[in-house]
Amino acid sequence: MTIIDHTTADVPSPHGSPEDSGPLLEVRDLHVEFHTRDGVARAVNGVNYSVSSGETLAVLGESGSGKSVTAQAIMGILDMPPGRIPQGEILYRGRDMLTMSNEERRLIRGQKIAMIFQDALSSLNPVLSVGYQLGEMFRVHQGLSKKEAKAKAIELMDRVRIPAAKDRVNDYPHQFSGGMRQRIMIAMALALEPDLIIADEPTTALDVTVQAQVMDLLAELQREYNMGLILITHDLGVVADVADKIAVMYAGRIVETAPVHELYKRPAHPYTRGLLDSIPRLDQKGQELYAIKGLPPNLTRIPAGCAFNPRCPSAQDICRTDIPALLSVTERDGTELPGRGSACHFWKETIHG
Amino acid sequence: MPEALKDTVKDQPAEAPVAPRTDGKVGKPRSLWSDAWHDLRRNPLFVVSAVLILFLVTMAAFPQLFTSADPRYADLAKHYLQKPNWGHFFSEDWFGYDIQGRSIYARVVYGARASILVAIVVTGLVTVLGTLVGMLAGYFGGWIDTILSRVTDIFFAVPFMLGAMVVLTSFTERSIWVVILSLAFLGWTQIARVARGSVLTIKQADYVMAAKALGASTSRILLRHIMPNAIAPVIVVATIALGGYISAEATLSFLGIGLAEPAVSWGVDISSGQEQLRNAAFVLIIPSVMVSITVLAFIMLGDAVRNALDPKLR
Amino acid sequence: MGRYVARRLLQMIPVFIGSTLLVFSMMYALPGDPVRALAGEQTVDPAQIAAMKKDLGLDLPLWHQYWNYMVGLFQGDFGTQIASGRPVADIISEAFPITVRLTLFAFTFTVLVGISIGVFAGMKADTLRDRGLLILTLLLISVPSFVLGFLGQYFFAFQLGWVNPNVSGEANWNELFLPAVVLGSLSLAYVARLTRTSIAENLRSDYMRTAVAKGLPRRRIIGVHLMRNSMIPVVTFLGTDLGALMGGAVVTEGIFNVKGVGYNIFDALRHREGATVVGIVTLIVVVYLVSSLLVDLLYAVLDPRIRYA
Repeated sequence: MTIIDHTTADVPSPHGSPEDSGPLLEVRDLHVEFHTRDGVARAVNGVNYSVSSGETLAVLGESGSGKSVTAQAIMGILDMPPGRIPQGEILYRGRDMLTMSNEERRLIRGQKIAMIFQDALSSLNPVLSVGYQLGEMFRVHQGLSKKEAKAKAIELMDRVRIPAAKDRVNDYPHQFSGGMRQRIMIAMALALEPDLIIADEPTTALDVTVQAQVMDLLAELQREYNMGLILITHDLGVVADVADKIAVMYAGRIVETAPVHELYKRPAHPYTRGLLDSIPRLDQKGQELYAIKGLPPNLTRIPAGCAFNPRCPSAQDICRTDIPALLSVTERDGTELPGRGSACHFWKETIHG
Repeated sequence: MPEALKDTVKDQPAEAPVAPRTDGKVGKPRSLWSDAWHDLRRNPLFVVSAVLILFLVTMAAFPQLFTSADPRYADLAKHYLQKPNWGHFFSEDWFGYDIQGRSIYARVVYGARASILVAIVVTGLVTVLGTLVGMLAGYFGGWIDTILSRVTDIFFAVPFMLGAMVVLTSFTERSIWVVILSLAFLGWTQIARVARGSVLTIKQADYVMAAKALGASTSRILLRHIMPNAIAPVIVVATIALGGYISAEATLSFLGIGLAEPAVSWGVDISSGQEQLRNAAFVLIIPSVMVSITVLAFIMLGDAVRNALDPKLR
Repeated sequence: MGRYVARRLLQMIPVFIGSTLLVFSMMYALPGDPVRALAGEQTVDPAQIAAMKKDLGLDLPLWHQYWNYMVGLFQGDFGTQIASGRPVADIISEAFPITVRLTLFAFTFTVLVGISIGVFAGMKADTLRDRGLLILTLLLISVPSFVLGFLGQYFFAFQLGWVNPNVSGEANWNELFLPAVVLGSLSLAYVARLTRTSIAENLRSDYMRTAVAKGLPRRRIIGVHLMRNSMIPVVTFLGTDLGALMGGAVVTEGIFNVKGVGYNIFDALRHREGATVVGIVTLIVVVYLVSSLLVDLLYAVLDPRIRYA
């Protein structure tokens, strides 16, 4: 059966964001599919979200939820083919990037929108010095000389607090520790002071102690430059301190959006609730740890109806036939909860029950 | 779709196509070998080369099945350099006659044996010797490795063809076994290096550590744990080398220091055919094509096996 | 780095001694006799042969002969040909430049064409174009070089008349074109395949994605980021291949009548001229050893992850 999502309900803007200037980046009804040997994998099925300057959007989801694919589509680094964007818009300052020329998009990449990848060791070129790789940004985009670029590279390394930057600028990625390498990735993304940074699981590969340092640095720099930040993660713990709003993704769809603290307090989707319940807590010592049963769906055969229904503890018949739209969530008395939305037929029961 | 560098970045998004199945079909655990076999059967390169090799090996084993003509029977008067009759499939005059009036088709059929026998036996010998040296060097390390590796280096430094020429010219009577032993004597180094590298990697594997910790004997570790896992790259290299030895045998015969008349071999025929290159090129070209097809078959097989055994390339 | 080079040079000594000794013993320990070869089919007084052998030091035990040879070699004396009485050094200095020219020609051809084909195929891995080039390289590997040589001769010399079937004593560059192509074709196929695999693999790497995300222009992504990484294994192969090409030149020279070392080795083998054979093989071994050392050093320059150890 064909699954067509007619949900176009916008993610409601969070309070405080200036409505008139418009968001920095807006993703509208984005679809991405991959043509593989096993069939068409529908990785993203109508995603909507937006980020404004100075705002942090956390995109949360398991692997296979489409969170990284969405980011790659924004960056224009999707592998096409087998990837395809059959439908949707990605608006940067109101202009659809999907209709831009290759050259226009290239000029946005790195200068206006930059990306931080998960595994800095493999994401940095192993045979070029970090100074070269950082300086390259200035040489290519600003036409600086080799020498000027190197000076800028040192400056950047200082800014992300790499000790003895001057001595280490000619070192190679493998000579740095994991945390230092991720700082270099951040420095590279920051180089041209872009409007928006997409960080794809920036701390997943790091030690827990280093994770916090790197996240703090990222948050601090974001405030300093007033950048928009899309933080892609599967780690609820990382999100709580830095994000303004959260979009939870499942099987290529946003299933819940909310300002960060409200999501933790009162999830409006059974999947989000499951995620929150599976965080180990000290006060539950001795009890069995909760886990969402089942596995994420095969993207070539997404279940009919709500994609989460086979794993959902409160699934009803309607969940197996009708795809729930992402609807605004209200209080029991009908007062609107700004910025909140849930794609569950039974959101009322979930949030108020 | 405006996408820069469409064909530059071949990055499979880690998320999309690898999502675990939920359709309840959990495949039974498959080993590297059964997985490889599964892959091979679907690879046209493998099927074509395997059929070809089967055909050639049958020809080498039972040449009588393919022709009733005698490859040594010379009829100078009747058939001197008679041109091929391309339409006469599998008949004596299909490929014409050489300068002594011998049926080229019959010679090509009977010539398969020498080439394929040499190649298979040499490959067998170098595989055994090379694996042994490589495994011992890789597993024991230390001075054993130092000595074996230096010896390998020494043999490796002497160009294969040159070495074979030096050895073979010393023998005035060059039977097929002299050729085989000479090639094997010089050819084992490549396999030894591959086997050593492979053992060095596997030695570090957890299951070998576990076997050691459980007190397994050295020979048991080598034979039961290391060998089966280290052998895959060796097999790949050996299959490709097999093609190389067919080519080497032909080259040596062509140079006049491999097999010689009255032996029937493709190399011998190519060698004697070169004098008529100007007026009867087919005398040279037909056995050359046979050599090339045979080498191609083995190299394709090796290629297919490599792709099947190396999951990284999939 | 200096220490590493010194250690590698030290390691080369046993290999050098071992491989020359190997060739030496193959030449002298196996049946066949240069003095008898000199006499050919005629019957000669055994006493005369013995006297000649003693004169030439051929009656000494193998290790002694080898020792004498090595001592001579380090004084620049490659020995003397028994039949012609010419110093082997003369013969080598005449023939070696021709073979070196042929080899370098073939090497250049291999590098330029092989890498181009490999890049061309690897950029579009698993397309029709890639498959076609893959089959082409398989064909090149399968056809023995002497067959290729004859085919080249047959078409370009006899049928089309573009080149001379045989190379003159001067061995000019244009005469060497066909032999060089024939000699280089096998390596070319290997280089093309290696480059293809390397390019295709690196294209999938994370740092290539980063390079795109940095907004670099395409030519920079490919020219700097992709090529730099992809060429590392290719360079390694090319270095060890230089020695193999020199070995292969022996066969090619036979086909095209090039008066290089191959021709001389044949001649010497036929007459059991040990000194000539060992001298030439020794030189080829040295070329191989030095080029593999250079490759290792170059490898470390190209890939900073490799440390001299």
